[in-house]
Amino acid sequence: MTTAPILELVDVSAGYGAFRALFGVSFAVPAGTAVAIVGPNGAGKTTVARVCSGLVQPTSGRVLVDGDDVTGAATHQVARRGVAHAPEGRSVFATLSVEENLTLSFRQAFGRTGTGDGLARAYELFPRLGERRRQLAGSLSGGEQRMLTLARVLVLEPRLLVADELSLGLAPIVTEDVYRTLGRVRAAGTALLIVEQHLDHALAIADEVVVLDRGEVGFVGPAHELGDRAASFLSAHEETV
Amino acid sequence: MIEILELAVRGVPTGCVFALLAVGLVLTYKTSGVFNLAFGAQAYVSAVVFYEVRKEHEWPLLPAALLAIVVIGPLLGLLLDRVLFRHLRTSGSVAKLVTSLGLLVAIPELVRLAFGSESKKNPPPLWYVERTDQWLWPEGSRFVLDAGQVTTILATLVVVAGLGVLFRSTALGLRMRAVVESPRMVELNGINAERVSMVSWMLSSFLAGLSGVLLAPLFASLSPFDFFTLLVAALAATAFGRLSSIPLTLLGGILLGVLQAILAGKLPTDSILANGLRPALPFVVLFALLLFWPGLRSARDAADPLAGVDPPPPPAAASIRTRFLTVGTRAFAVTVSAIGLLLGWFVLDSFWLGLVTSGVILGVIMLSITVITGMGGMISLCQATFAAIGAFTTARVVDSLGMSVIVAIFVGAVVAAAVGGLLALPVLRLEGVYLALATLAFALMFQSVMVPLDWVSGGTTPLRVPRPVIGPVDLAENRAFFVLAAALLALAGALVYVVKRGTTGRFLDALRGSEYAAASVGISATRAKVIAFSLSAGIAGLGGGLLACFYGAANYDQSFNFFYGLVWVVLVVTAGARSVQAAVISGLGFFLIPEFLQRLFEIPGRYVADHPDLPAAVEAVLRTIKPEYSLGVAFILFGFGALTYAKHPEGIIEVQTRAALRKVMGALDRTDRSQPTPATDDARPPDEDPAAPATDDDARRPAPVRTGGAGVP
Repeated sequence: MTTAPILELVDVSAGYGAFRALFGVSFAVPAGTAVAIVGPNGAGKTTVARVCSGLVQPTSGRVLVDGDDVTGAATHQVARRGVAHAPEGRSVFATLSVEENLTLSFRQAFGRTGTGDGLARAYELFPRLGERRRQLAGSLSGGEQRMLTLARVLVLEPRLLVADELSLGLAPIVTEDVYRTLGRVRAAGTALLIVEQHLDHALAIADEVVVLDRGEVGFVGPAHELGDRAASFLSAHEETV
Repeated sequence: MIEILELAVRGVPTGCVFALLAVGLVLTYKTSGVFNLAFGAQAYVSAVVFYEVRKEHEWPLLPAALLAIVVIGPLLGLLLDRVLFRHLRTSGSVAKLVTSLGLLVAIPELVRLAFGSESKKNPPPLWYVERTDQWLWPEGSRFVLDAGQVTTILATLVVVAGLGVLFRSTALGLRMRAVVESPRMVELNGINAERVSMVSWMLSSFLAGLSGVLLAPLFASLSPFDFFTLLVAALAATAFGRLSSIPLTLLGGILLGVLQAILAGKLPTDSILANGLRPALPFVVLFALLLFWPGLRSARDAADPLAGVDPPPPPAAASIRTRFLTVGTRAFAVTVSAIGLLLGWFVLDSFWLGLVTSGVILGVIMLSITVITGMGGMISLCQATFAAIGAFTTARVVDSLGMSVIVAIFVGAVVAAAVGGLLALPVLRLEGVYLALATLAFALMFQSVMVPLDWVSGGTTPLRVPRPVIGPVDLAENRAFFVLAAALLALAGALVYVVKRGTTGRFLDALRGSEYAAASVGISATRAKVIAFSLSAGIAGLGGGLLACFYGAANYDQSFNFFYGLVWVVLVVTAGARSVQAAVISGLGFFLIPEFLQRLFEIPGRYVADHPDLPAAVEAVLRTIKPEYSLGVAFILFGFGALTYAKHPEGIIEVQTRAALRKVMGALDRTDRSQPTPATDDARPPDEDPAAPATDDDARRPAPVRTGGAGVP
């Protein structure tokens, strides 16, 4: 039985108003695998992540989830297909409490009866969040906000997790923690699409790597093949920018 | 003590009225992020519908109430969401405020068109028992509660309890609050944000309908102004609840009602304090709360973390056109102005000349909005008040000091500038919506405390302002006055242009982009904004003095009512807050558009009169168009104009200029291939220009108000 990849981008171009960020990007994320998108600043990594979750609509090309064309579908419809997106930077509702942030998500995914279990699992994963459940999410530290985002997407056990710069601004020890957790999620069957600036982190977890360069795919292939060639390409490129 | 208590109890029903409106506002704000100044207008719609079916068509109470509150209310909300606010979900709070101002102007006129403009006296109550049924409470006191008051109190309590449950313990309430902060993050959770905000609007509009029908019997006749004034009074309760807490808002409303009742009972009835302060109390309280209530100012809107998904604004036309075109545009503007002057002098009859002169003078006042909103990035709703201050000062100075009228107009401008500067000092601590509300409170305080005073406005008879005589020229002659008005407009326009291009203008540009970044390079926000506020007030004062001089009297209600201030802001912002010519055009438009419409609407009537053999159906249709609709239709157009603000914050004129420019430059490009193409906002592939700044997502995040000069001729 051949199964369609859980996510596939076919010749996708996208942008913001008159600015174009992506030019004909194609790659696929097979079920249960981890794909890393790497590249320098402004390569279009975040835009790829946004296209995957429907936040940014492609100007041309197609986005397929489980082989179904979801190009032009609303963000919430993509999310209901099991694609969870942890956006870059602050991505919690600052005016809601920690528990309300989680409830908003779990109520939709698990229904009224499953919400309590979901909360319990989230607090088990991150006990710190349990201590602060009544606190407004906007008053959490940056690391705690990332935890909250992670708790949300991890408990959901999505079919595909799009994680955008999860390690950004975190202490190295916390970053390691985050990547250990991602490994566990992947072992549980969630496919991963990881946007990452740090090549080491990305290569450690990814099966496949997509190198983006100024909105175009520069390299797609198994992570181990990327090797020295791509690494030297990337570092050379970063010097010129 | 007993007496105070009795007075306090008497204030509770009024307090509940405030609370009901205030809670509705808080609901709208919490669930849509719109500080909906049109809430009163929505309430008015339901009140009128209820009046029509109940009084004109004599429906029974229940179906009438159901239609007005349960059908019309939510339906209006649905319509507003579909047509307007769904496109505004990711806009800033100021864009939303301007849109609600546009609705505030347009909705009552639409109602008037639909249901006729005759006054609707004695609105019917929403209760079965007769109004005369009264209950004594507390036992043996002199205080009585009638059926209407009991209904209002009960309805308020039910609404507050219901909203409490909605927000505290339902998934829907949680989603509504989340959508306000970031609709996109809500969508990422698999929730349909559009549907949530649609339900929000239906709910808040339902509440507006309920308040409208409940409150209507308080007034002798239905008027949208009463509803709006009551709404602004209720804003004090909203501020007390810090725009978020529903129980605190209820408490605030009741306290306000009680305070008002106690003041009414305790102050000597004929003192200035009683006559001025009592009606002004809610506005004074609102003003004080905005400035001093802890926690209100810190309750800033949390920015949408996914705002970067929005495309950046296009560059201003003036910044992308070539030198040749810039010179051409300016020459064109000079030519048009010269033709206008010659037309005014030689062609126009006295009626049209009067209108055009009024428009030119209003153009001066509109320039004050260009300064404060276009350059300063602040919304002020008290520009009409500054104009009134200029007018009153001019009149007083001429009257008592015998000064030359021209000098007096400038004295008026200076006094208005001083008042503006003084007002700026406290209110500049506020931002966005809060600043707009504080200026609105100031305008209403001025209107209810200062304007009735004899030494300010002359009481019931407006102060006379004579026309000036400059050397041999007697400006009592209208054509001469027209030239004076045009000259002062040119002066004010030049002043605005110089300031805009000067240091202060650059500082304000920087502050609009980012206050923190500007502060980090040593720009004082307070200083620059006080200058902008003061300059703007001064220009408004100049225009006000000139207008009073033209009309021969400083008539507050006719020329400077605070409501005009709102309409003017709407007009300028629609046309383009950043450009001088937009201010001039909107000034002229305010007077000329209703007149043009009137001429237009007279045509069908005349046609019917000339053609007695028309088919009856055609005649009936043509007869529905009446010239007296012109003012209403003009206001509807003005209001709807503001609704374009969300899409084009740079203004209609700027959008047109840019479109025309693109065409002209395209044509020039075709005729002369050798000339390098000027940078347009079209796509440029990144590999074509490696030196271009990295198109990182952060760099694309649009500034709250766009920078860059709009096309000034």
